[in-house]
This record gives sequence, structure tokens and C-alpha cells, in this order.
Amino acid sequence: MKTEAYEKVRTARSNSRPTSIDYIHHIFDVFFEMHGDRKFADDGAVVGGIALLNDLPVTVISIEKGRSVKERMARSFGAPQPEGYRKALRLMKQAEKFGRPVICLIDTSGAYCGIGAEERGQGQAIADNLMEMMTLKTPVISVFVGEGGSGGALALAVADRVWMLENAVYSVISPEGCASILWKDSSRASEAAEVLKLTAEDSYENGFIEKVISEGDIGEDSFYERLKWELIWEMNALRDKPLEELLEERYQKFRKVGAQETD
Amino acid sequence: MAFFNFRLQPKNELEKGGRTSAPVQSDESEPEKKCPNCHKDIPISELAGNLNVCSCGYHFRLNSRQRIGMITDKGSFKELFTEVDYSDPIDFPGYQDKIDSAKNLSKEKEGVVCGTAKIGGEDCCIFAMEPYFMMGSMGTAVGEKVTSLFEYATEHRMSVVGFTVSGGARMQEGLFSLLQMAKTSGAVKRHNDAGLFYLTVLTDPTTGGVTASFAMEGDIILAEPSATVGFAGARVIEQTTKKALPKGFQTSEFLLKHGFVDAIVSRQRQKTLIRHLLKIHDRREGV
Repeated sequence: MKTEAYEKVRTARSNSRPTSIDYIHHIFDVFFEMHGDRKFADDGAVVGGIALLNDLPVTVISIEKGRSVKERMARSFGAPQPEGYRKALRLMKQAEKFGRPVICLIDTSGAYCGIGAEERGQGQAIADNLMEMMTLKTPVISVFVGEGGSGGALALAVADRVWMLENAVYSVISPEGCASILWKDSSRASEAAEVLKLTAEDSYENGFIEKVISEGDIGEDSFYERLKWELIWEMNALRDKPLEELLEERYQKFRKVGAQETD
Repeated sequence: MAFFNFRLQPKNELEKGGRTSAPVQSDESEPEKKCPNCHKDIPISELAGNLNVCSCGYHFRLNSRQRIGMITDKGSFKELFTEVDYSDPIDFPGYQDKIDSAKNLSKEKEGVVCGTAKIGGEDCCIFAMEPYFMMGSMGTAVGEKVTSLFEYATEHRMSVVGFTVSGGARMQEGLFSLLQMAKTSGAVKRHNDAGLFYLTVLTDPTTGGVTASFAMEGDIILAEPSATVGFAGARVIEQTTKKALPKGFQTSEFLLKHGFVDAIVSRQRQKTLIRHLLKIHDRREGV
């Protein structure tokens, strides 16, 4: 059974799709990449640095899957290690210090799954980002450009604005993982994708994201130009907000998910 | 007492919801439990007298009420947010049945119990996750209750003591579940920024989205001996990496060695230690 949701999963994962670095090169005028978490290593799956958005200095943090086989290996196919999340947090704290807004580009099947990642506290690294992003004293916009796999994606998505490309997906678990738990059959991933409500449209309808970016002209100059101006306008609007209001709205945006009346 | 009817079962059996009623003791002799560690049969009354810890040191799993009963002063626990119920926000197939069997098995409404209590005379907010309710997985109700507890604690300037046991985010509520990680972390952060104390005790098992949120956000993180604590599942890691896992991988002892917990504390020592730590961190005005 082929479902529309699973078609989007396949599109989001497609090799021919632009990766985060393409966005960085097309949208920003200057980009200076910074490496390392200052604790253990430099994770190739997370690419971050300072950039100019038009003439506004911003910090850009992205999860990069890579293109060639060699590059994909070096970037762990876009699955960040704990040091990737710690590098991201280092750059966010630096952005806060210098009053730079933050733009995150997300494309990951999930946080890296491995012995070393557990030894170095994958869960702790993600938890730290969730806490710190909630109160980061500068505007943050996160854009899902491809896959948004679970906690590994959320660790860069506690933002004032969360946008998704039309064919990006955002899910608590991969459709394959869901199918194998639910029906003991990972080949029913297509049905699972439908059930999980993982499309950009679903996320928009459920109020998790503020914007769906159409991608009819994806990869063309017009596409990047459009996204660039969306970012400029929105960032200017966020920068105009008093900090206290910005942070309260950020908190409430997540606070309201699944909220119930309590006494 | 009702909880004696529970026998240690593999996690998967519970998660499948295959068993909907507690096993009935058939013979007249005193009920016993087999220790999975030393394989001895231990009379249940003896276990109960020893906080459900075998003489070999093996810590049997506790449900949330046992946990709260064990750690808080008698009669001091006042439950909060009892009205919060499960929801099925994405209309997930078969979810209602799973909830029904989880309610049946655990006799709880959801995967966490929250409230206020005294521990050795020290006031605090407390939560204990419920292993027999879909293995303490975090859906919107669990996220809502934990978040509300931190907000309550911030408002009343109270410390929070949390016992975690969880299979992670609850798949059946889709992104609604995942975003509870951000929601709970936000509430923990506000509590933290108010200068208030949060202590977590990681118990077997604490994994996935709970490890990657409020379980790892304590000012002090304790763990019970030999508890499984990790982010990704061990079997998944083994299958993905095709490497043999190191001995003791993702146990409390492994986390201690790698610097992610402050101390491993046996159940017998927990109450005294937690009381001392609460006293040291008392931040209410006028105290």
C-alpha cells in the first residue's frame, strides 16, 4: 500500500534534494564555519557558523547529511553525535552573547545511534539543548528542510518559529520503526507514515509549526530567494519584540501542546 | 496489598498489554518471587520488608505508589493533577485498547503520579513514573503532569524529587508526545532559573525521550544499582552498528563511569540521602 505520507518521506530522504549546505550557500551572503564543541570533538553532521542574512549577522546551525558517499560517511548521514548537539549549543550561547539571531536548518533521520554516542551522553546532550533553547535570549527560527527524526531533530527545534518545507517530515519515530513495533513488519512503513501524522500539513494543522514552505521551484534561485526574504521579514518581526514577550511566547508555544485543565 | 500480585515481567510483555489481569496465586503456601539475579525464591513478605530488594542486592521494580510510599513520610503525600487523563490526539489505531489494558494492569490513570509530600520532614514536590502503565512512556498526560508539577514547584518555591522509569516518548501520540520533551524541559528550566532544586533518581529502565529530557536535567542525578539507562535501545544499537556491546552497557554503573550520574544509591539509603539533600537545598523564603 502506497500512501501520500510515505511519498513525502521518500521525497524528504531523496538524494537529489538540496541539503542544508546548499541552503547556507544560497541564502546567506557570507558564511564562516566554526568547528568543534570545545569538549571532545568536531561532529561533521552539524555544520554551524556566522553568516550574513542580507546585512544582518546571524548564527546558522544545520544538520547536514552530505552528498557523495565519502561525505555522507564523514557526516554520519546527518545523524549527530552528542558533540554535534554540544557544538550547536556552544554556537547558540555565543549568538546570545553577541545578540545574533539563530537560524537552524534541520535534516536528520535522528540522533546518532551508537556505543560512543551513549558513552558520551546522547540523552544528556539533547536534554541540555531543549532546556537552554527554551530561554535563549535571542530569536530562533528553525526550518525543517528534509527529515525531522524524533529527539535528534527536536534538539534544534525549540524555536520561536518552526517552519517546514512542503515535503519535509517531522516524526516521533521513523515509519519503519513504528511499523515493526506496531505490526512486527517494517515493510508496512507506508501505512505507518500515514498513521503517524508526520507531514508538514499535519504539523501545521496541529499547530506545531507556523509555516509550510512550498517547494515547486526547489533548488532554483527563486526558491532560495523566497525563503531568504521570508527569513528576513520574520526575523525582523521577532527582533522587534521585547525579549520578555519573545521568551514567554516561546514557552507557551510548547506549553500548550497537549495541555489540560489542572486545579 | 495489591501490588504483591505483580511479578517481574519482561518489558515487552507489559508493553504488548498481553496480560490484562494480575496473576492469581493458586496454592496455599506463601507467595514467592524468583530473583532474576541470584535465582533464589524469596518469600514476598521478606521482600516487602526489605524495600523489594533481594539479599543479593537486586532491586525489583516498584510501581509508582510503592515508590512514593517507600520514600515519603507516612500520610504526607497529597496527590496533584489527578484529573489529567490520557488523550488520543492523532486517533492512533489500537491505542484505546492499549490504554484500557494499561489502566487495568497498573490501576493508574496514566504513566506518572505527582504530588507534594514530606521526606524526613522536608517538604517537596515529588513525581514517580509508573512502569506498569505502558512502561512509563511519555504522552501528553505524562508531559502535562510533569510540567504542571514543575510550575507548581516554581510558584511555591519547592524542590522537586523525581523517580524516572520510562520507555521514552509514546509513539501512539505522534509529535504530541515528542513535543512533551520540550514542554517538560521548559518547565524544568524555569524552575532551575528560579534557583530551585531538582533531584532525579533514575530507575530501571529510563530510556529514550525521557532520558533526553527531564531525567537528565536534575541538579543532582542519582541512579539505582544496575538500572538500564540510555537514549537509544541497546538492541537497536547492536543491530545498527553490528558491534558487540561492552559489558554493562547502559547500566547505572556505566553512566557513573562516563560521568552522567552523581551517585548510585541503593534503595535502603535513598530516603536518608534525599532528606539531607533537600535540607541542604531548602530555598523557601524565611527558612
